[in-house]
Amino acid sequence: MSRIDIKKTYKLFIGGQFPRSESGRSYEIKGANGKFIANPALASRKDLRDSVTSAKSALSGWSSATAFNRGQILYRIAEIMEGRRDQFVTEIIALEGGSAKVANTQVEQAIDLWVWYAGWCDKISTIAGATNPIAGPYYNFTTPEELGVVGIIADQKDSLLGLVAAIAPVVATGNTAVVIASEKRPLPAITLSEALATSDLPAGVLNILTGKVSELAPWLASHMEIDGLDISGVDPKIESELRIAGAENLKRIHRFNKSQSPQRMLAFMEAKTVWHPIGV
Amino acid sequence: MDKNPFEYAPAPESRALVSIKGQYGLFINGAWVEPKTKDKFSTINPANEEVLSKISQASDSDVDRAVKAARAAYLKTWSKMPGKERGKYLFRIARIMQERAREFAVLETLDNGKPIRESRDVDVPLAAAHFFYHAGWADKLDHAGLGINPKPHGVVGQIIPWNFPLLMLAWKIAPALATGNTVVLKPAETTSLTALLFAEVCQQAELPAGVVNIITGDGATGAALVNHPGIDKIAFTGSTEVGKLIARSIAISGKSATLELGGKAANIVFEDAPIDEAVEGIVNGIFFNQGHVCCAGSRLIVQENIYDDLLVKLKRRMSLIRVGDPLDKNTDLGAINSAAQLAKIKELSASGDTEGAFRWSPDCQLPSKGFWFAPTIFTGVTQSHRIAREEIFGPVLSVLTFRTPQEAIEKANNTPYGLSAGIWSEKGSRILWASKALKAGVIWANTFNKFDPASPFGGYKESGWGREGGRHGLAPYLKGAK
Repeated sequence: MSRIDIKKTYKLFIGGQFPRSESGRSYEIKGANGKFIANPALASRKDLRDSVTSAKSALSGWSSATAFNRGQILYRIAEIMEGRRDQFVTEIIALEGGSAKVANTQVEQAIDLWVWYAGWCDKISTIAGATNPIAGPYYNFTTPEELGVVGIIADQKDSLLGLVAAIAPVVATGNTAVVIASEKRPLPAITLSEALATSDLPAGVLNILTGKVSELAPWLASHMEIDGLDISGVDPKIESELRIAGAENLKRIHRFNKSQSPQRMLAFMEAKTVWHPIGV
Repeated sequence: MDKNPFEYAPAPESRALVSIKGQYGLFINGAWVEPKTKDKFSTINPANEEVLSKISQASDSDVDRAVKAARAAYLKTWSKMPGKERGKYLFRIARIMQERAREFAVLETLDNGKPIRESRDVDVPLAAAHFFYHAGWADKLDHAGLGINPKPHGVVGQIIPWNFPLLMLAWKIAPALATGNTVVLKPAETTSLTALLFAEVCQQAELPAGVVNIITGDGATGAALVNHPGIDKIAFTGSTEVGKLIARSIAISGKSATLELGGKAANIVFEDAPIDEAVEGIVNGIFFNQGHVCCAGSRLIVQENIYDDLLVKLKRRMSLIRVGDPLDKNTDLGAINSAAQLAKIKELSASGDTEGAFRWSPDCQLPSKGFWFAPTIFTGVTQSHRIAREEIFGPVLSVLTFRTPQEAIEKANNTPYGLSAGIWSEKGSRILWASKALKAGVIWANTFNKFDPASPFGGYKESGWGREGGRHGLAPYLKGAK
């Protein structure tokens, strides 16, 4: 008799833990072949608010970690993903269809993207900062800092690469985030969260929810403790609705079309300029 | 309190070097035109309520004319001109502003109510410096680290406030032109005169017609500009309330925007601060420009063990502030810009009384005509008081205290705003620690209210989007690689 597989329960990732939705809801995910795959959690508004609380409380620790330290942790995420390559490939094939080669390429690109952003952690301030030659006896410098808590609606198609392209630049610069995974293809996001949980990334820095984008995105946009919003994975039809909601606390709202760009870091940073007199 | 030991004879600057016309049209496509509706409104000197001139109220169709002129200038001339040549126009403008600096200063003081000492020594030289600084960027944008061959947006709609009329014009127009955009600018309705004089500077500099268009009017004109489909980008300085309206309106149109909005800056004085310098910095922080400053140090947060000493010195210093004729070269505190603003300051100050804070002002004679408010501090202020939370935009300081440095930072950051903050301490490590912890775009350590074209300015949180000045200030005027 052949062995019966152990099937995985896909849950949310909030504050370093893997809870089910507090609402008790789940939804059905089907593969590219139309067959049932899993019942991941259908996150609720309360789950989203809990995630924001986690992200907010993780912010001061993560943003004050040295850039060198953050870089090492991002690199560690790449290391752990490398060890789980087969699992990601299997999930991507099951959800997106296509060949093993295509799925493999997506996983490799996602891992390499972590490495790329890992190296940026202790360089972005050098590139985007300045000492300013002002007309007076003052020392004056500008340095980019983390924005705060960023809400991310990850790319809906490339279930792993789109997600990494959104979260890696945001955490590289010291932000924390609440992420809504691809609605129809959420499994690699949850598997990624298992890699995150074992990578020395402090609990709460990344919180990943599965569920309906149309239900969760408006709450993300209107939440007053979220400072920025990446809407790359949002249907353009609801974009203006989200931007109107986000205006209430003047969220920085961006849609990106490149997965690998310093702009993805800078869009969620704030430039701070400090003056001090020079004298004896 | 000591009696003011200094008696000054009046030393008024001459009005003779400005000639104000009886009425003004709109500056569109390099020429003066009358508004379609012929509507005019009065602009007054807030120091004595004298009517200075009649200003045009631009309607939707005037906005449309201005935007079309800017578009034509962009397509035909400005976008085709090499940066090197664009820069020369900006250099010319800077030079003409320097040549006519005193004229601008007197006009600004008449129209705005600010002391001539400030318009002469701060507003006008800084405005000219902004043009000079940005002139040099025009042919170096490839080296600004903002992408290869970065492109302008096209036509920029700019709306500026009444607190630094000419300086805010310079902050807006200089980077926009340097990066290759053309502009339609609307000054604030109470302070249009220096913008209209600037139009003459554009003519003297032979700036191609339509590159700069100046339309006057109230909020309706501003709304028409924001909503005009021919505008590619908006740059606004003003209240957070209006900033949010703009953010909502462009949520649908998809225009990009920079917003420089309100503030409620903390000015933190640690126990080891150089007290006399700190007192000067506190006074400069809140009473500069009558407190009509978005980055004003309006919340003084003092370490408890030096509170008593500091208050005595601060009150003594405040009693030496000379309030009166803005044209007098000895005046420190001029007129409140408008009756509406004065009413707002009075209303918020009254809330300080009713909510239980203690008001103090030095003895000072306020002129009988015009809009005036004595320099004022409130002590016993708590974080929930309206005067600790809302932007007063007047010469009113709220004083709070703290025991530990962590408490100071928590109080300082306890606001939806994040424009600026001040730190007073002799300890370098403490200054750098506090600078990192404060959530604000500009941190002044052992100084306050300093500005420079090379220094980026702009806020965190609800104080706005983007930076103005320095390399960082170029980015919002160029299409970034996203």
